[in-house]
Amino acid sequence: MNFKIPFVPEQASTMARDVDQLTFFLVGMAVFFTVLIAVMVLYFALRYRRRAADQVGSSFDHSTLLEVTWTVIPLLIVLFTFGWGAKVYFRLYRPPADAVQYYVTGKQWMWKAQHPTGQREINELHVPVGQPTRLLMTSEDVIHSFFVPAFRTKADVVPGRYTSLWFTPTKPGRYHLFCTEYCGAEHSRMIGWVTVQEPEEHQRWLASVPVQTAPAVAGGELYARLACGNCHREEPGLAGPPLHGLFGREVELADGRTVRADEQYLRESILRPGAKVVAGYQPVMPSYQSQVTEENVLALIDYIKSLEGVAR
Amino acid sequence: MSSEAMAAERPNYLNATTGLKSWLLTLDHKRIGILYLLGVSAFFVLGGIFAMLIRLELVTPAGDLVQPDAYNRLFTSHGVLMVFFFLIPAIPGVLGNFLIPIMIGTKDLAFPRLNLLSWYLFMAGGTMALGGIIAGGVDTGWTFYTPYSSTYTMTAVIPVGLGVFVNGFSGILTGLNFMVTIHRMRAPGMTWFRLPLFVWSHYATSLIQVLGTPVLAITLVLLVFERAFHIGVFDPTRGGDPVFFQHLFWFYSHPAVYIMILPSMAVISELIAAFARKRIFGYHAVAFASIGIAVLGFLVWGHHMFVSGQSVYAGTAFSLLTMLVAIPSAIKVFNWSFTLYQGSVSFQTPMLYALGFIGLFMIGGLTGVFLGTLGFDVHVHDTYFVVAHFHYVMVGGTIMGYLGGLHYWWPKITGKLYPEFWGKISALLVFVGFNLTFFPQFLLGYMGMPRRYHAYPEEWQVLNVLSSAGASILGLGFVLPVLYFAWSLKKGPLAGRNPWGARGLEWETDSPPPTLNFDEPPVMNHEVYPYADGEPGSTSGMKPASAH
Repeated sequence: MNFKIPFVPEQASTMARDVDQLTFFLVGMAVFFTVLIAVMVLYFALRYRRRAADQVGSSFDHSTLLEVTWTVIPLLIVLFTFGWGAKVYFRLYRPPADAVQYYVTGKQWMWKAQHPTGQREINELHVPVGQPTRLLMTSEDVIHSFFVPAFRTKADVVPGRYTSLWFTPTKPGRYHLFCTEYCGAEHSRMIGWVTVQEPEEHQRWLASVPVQTAPAVAGGELYARLACGNCHREEPGLAGPPLHGLFGREVELADGRTVRADEQYLRESILRPGAKVVAGYQPVMPSYQSQVTEENVLALIDYIKSLEGVAR
Repeated sequence: MSSEAMAAERPNYLNATTGLKSWLLTLDHKRIGILYLLGVSAFFVLGGIFAMLIRLELVTPAGDLVQPDAYNRLFTSHGVLMVFFFLIPAIPGVLGNFLIPIMIGTKDLAFPRLNLLSWYLFMAGGTMALGGIIAGGVDTGWTFYTPYSSTYTMTAVIPVGLGVFVNGFSGILTGLNFMVTIHRMRAPGMTWFRLPLFVWSHYATSLIQVLGTPVLAITLVLLVFERAFHIGVFDPTRGGDPVFFQHLFWFYSHPAVYIMILPSMAVISELIAAFARKRIFGYHAVAFASIGIAVLGFLVWGHHMFVSGQSVYAGTAFSLLTMLVAIPSAIKVFNWSFTLYQGSVSFQTPMLYALGFIGLFMIGGLTGVFLGTLGFDVHVHDTYFVVAHFHYVMVGGTIMGYLGGLHYWWPKITGKLYPEFWGKISALLVFVGFNLTFFPQFLLGYMGMPRRYHAYPEEWQVLNVLSSAGASILGLGFVLPVLYFAWSLKKGPLAGRNPWGARGLEWETDSPPPTLNFDEPPVMNHEVYPYADGEPGSTSGMKPASAH
């Protein structure tokens, strides 16, 4: 489709059409009810306008049938709307399994992005068309929100936790990126561009950017520098649990709960180790809050993810 | 001496005592209503000036009129003043105070001293907030989201937060006062189902104020403590959770939307009945819809957080509950519209506002369903679509109702008639100006323009200019009533007891009413809105419309 619907932004992701179809349904519903009420009100008001100063209205003041009708029909309509909206929402927040993961960090007032291959960008993100793309995001200070209108998706970027968002771009081009959670003085300048490129063009672009260390490699260097391996190694009797094959597994905690070892859990365990202690270990690990940045934590997590093997 | 002049000189609540002290220490609910009128009008003017400056800045895409810091202070001050010191107190404080005792046939609220204290708390809170705005400014947005508000901003969050905190107690006490009054002080024969719908809707409002406002108070205390003493509830570096603030804030602030709209619905029910001269269609359904909105309103706060990282299942539950709130609102709109059927409809200024309300509230409510729809909300969350939606509810709903009510009861409150011609002009300007201001914002929002932006891409200038042009028409529409209301105090013709031929106890006493409201305690010996049966109490021998 090449014609442009007025007031509808470019459809540049696989989700954009789904969201727009939902919008057209909602607009149709709103127009139907607005016209219905407007016609009813105007017709009654004119048809029954006061013709003599002392005229009063009739005693027809209730009808169970009518009232049940205009309770039940709107109820059915909003339940249908709810179902459709929920379906789109689940798709918007469930990334496909093969999505390529990028890291995004928000800070007052810029967006920092890192490619899985190590390239870094500020207020820009270059991605190839057709690639399912997942952004794992956190903030170094206040809450921000990552919004690309052409992709019809956004997610808040929250300090102290990871949030994520995904899209599969369908059309090469340059698309607005906005911060949509008010974040202070330069909020309206915390903007940038997402550039969608043809795969070959993207490869050329990747090659043209100065090569930097991939996050997993940087994480490994940091892991060594911070001497994490002194306690976290595949050897019995050490102070910390081994990390090989940990990512994605269920972990038993000292207090009897189990948690999934996802990014959120790893991040918390680095910054606030006392929060969730693994069963069989003592809470002896110090916090690394003051020694690592959010980007360091992301690199460490990427390194831990890369550690294969079956941890005991 | 003519009989009219004699009537004007009968003792009433305005001339019973004189002097500034007699006003500042008054225990009369009607005078306290006037005090609220002065207070909320002052905050409305200030909030309106801030709004005009915002629209002026947005005429051009570049942020060139004011600095970003100043712009952020402008929209924050606009929001704080309008929400907490105008929209929430306006209708209950002015019209609720003045009318509830008269409508239920008693001489005052249950606790007159508490009522006066409510006004002083409102003024004290407003003065503190205003002091903070003038002295340091505040730039967090009216939503005070953490950790920006608790850790990062350098502005006057504490005085403004405390001002809102103090003002909250004014709302709690007024709600309590209304509830006790409605339970305990109804005139003989005034059963629950003979209460005007104005009273039912204010009862529902009071319920929210009493149950919800304490949570706002707790939230603001936590925010102030976090800022002053770094207690760490919201600070992630201390193990706190900034999103927890949003839960607490919206647990109050979403019901607060209903604190703002229910009193306006209260007014609209009275206006439609009076100007269609017909009992409101489905009285019981409309009454219970108010209570339904109040109760459901407490269960939907999470719909402000669909993109905050909250679990998709929580989002789904909140979306479903949000959809349910649409039902009592739809019931009201259908019942009001159907009241006109076989009515005797006239088009004086208050009715124009009421009809305008139905149209604008419809759009505000339907776009609320849009936003409650999960897959749609993600795209427009925190864009101008949301700004347009809540202005349709807050301005198109609450302010239309407030102005309609003020026109309708102005003759009762002051004893004078305002000029009908200018009233109609102002209603028209407000309706046209409002739509021109806010409709383009729906489009801007869908195109992706984020809210709280000081500068924006050039492709959105045309719609922004339209919006700013609409704002100046809207502003003119708001200035006119100030002028002709003031004029009517000096030169307006005497109103008489019942200029509209309306039914209700307030129209059976003098205009303005005596200090004790009625010369003799009234007895309610008929149903409410008894237009069709022409029982005693009507001003002239009104007769049912000929059968159609």
